[in-house]
Amino acid sequence: MKLLTHNILTSKCLKGVTVGYPLGIVAKEVKVNEVEFNPEFISRMIQKVDWPALCKAAENLGHSDDLPPAVMDDYENNEEFLKKAHHFLMEIEVINGDLICPETGRKFPVTDGIPNMLANEDEV
Amino acid sequence: MSGRPEHQAPPEIFYGEDEARKYTRNTRMIEIQLVMSERAVELLCLPESQPCHIIDLGCGSGLSGETLTEQGHIWTGVDISSAMLGVAKEREVEGDLLLGDLGQGLPFRAGAFDGAISISALQWLCNSDQKSHNPAKRLYIFFSSLYSCLSRGSRAVFQFYPENSSQVELITSQAMKAGFTGGLVVDYPNSTKAKKFFLCLMTGGQQPLPAALGVDSREDTPNCVVFSQKRDRVKQLRTGKAPKKSRDWILEKKERRRRQGKETREDSKFTGRKRQSHVW
Repeated sequence: MKLLTHNILTSKCLKGVTVGYPLGIVAKEVKVNEVEFNPEFISRMIQKVDWPALCKAAENLGHSDDLPPAVMDDYENNEEFLKKAHHFLMEIEVINGDLICPETGRKFPVTDGIPNMLANEDEV
Repeated sequence: MSGRPEHQAPPEIFYGEDEARKYTRNTRMIEIQLVMSERAVELLCLPESQPCHIIDLGCGSGLSGETLTEQGHIWTGVDISSAMLGVAKEREVEGDLLLGDLGQGLPFRAGAFDGAISISALQWLCNSDQKSHNPAKRLYIFFSSLYSCLSRGSRAVFQFYPENSSQVELITSQAMKAGFTGGLVVDYPNSTKAKKFFLCLMTGGQQPLPAALGVDSREDTPNCVVFSQKRDRVKQLRTGKAPKKSRDWILEKKERRRRQGKETREDSKFTGRKRQSHVW
């Protein structure tokens, strides 16, 4: 699971959850990949990304060095910023661990890079 | 011979380890899925040459996702079968994968995606696989959560196999209730074999539906999807070899024979010339 995916995931499908965002991460295994840099895509995604949630997630994974604390002005033209955003959003992958609902504490296990978002019948 | 898959077992059981492998090895199946995926992306009407963030609903082993990657998009896939997702992982698809039940709703933030596709999955939501399942309710939860996680103006295209017209009615009514506009596009409506259903849903208010394929009753209308031939041409160009039996192919073959040291006739203006057909 890439951090871009984590950034858009919520637990709001669970009963009793209002916002369900952001999900906490406890990771047992993290991988860093090399992914082709697509400046146009990253530029557009930055508008949708919740940057504080991204920072918190990177911190939880112990991979937060070099991550700018906030989105820079005029980021569309700042290639260095875009490259850093790309690295954190697309190249860091959680392989094994848990995602945690901030309101109920319910855990969603991540196995082999795939989060299990299936809820039990009594949870929806 | 058993009937529709959805009558045999719930999808996470039907698509167990064996079926998942079979599905992804069957070349005819792969070809059909690729063609339908390309058509679905076409119907999405995404802005020209812009990489978009797409969700693949019922992504299975990633066949449709690969079409998205090929077209330069970044995608996330959701499926209920861990066996199918396992195959997708083995095939090292680019998209991020999630294990989830569409009928429980999509667990994403508002406006997260620029579009959604779904190939051969929607009909699975129409059946009650458990006592507590109410298909209409599940469909509504699915469509309303999809509506919210799509950015305004984006579309969702579903290729699916409706069992009957009341199923189509059920699906479209829940989609409309959730706020979508749009409708059904039926390609090749007059051919039993080629007929394909695409539910095209829009979030930006009522817009005209794209035209269906194969609707003209003219003689020259192809009864199969046209761009499957385009793929072969591209494949040909990519392999860098000349098409069989053409003059270029003959010259290449003779060159190969010479390099192998075999006795070969000299090339002349008559090499590979079109022969007049004879009646012997």
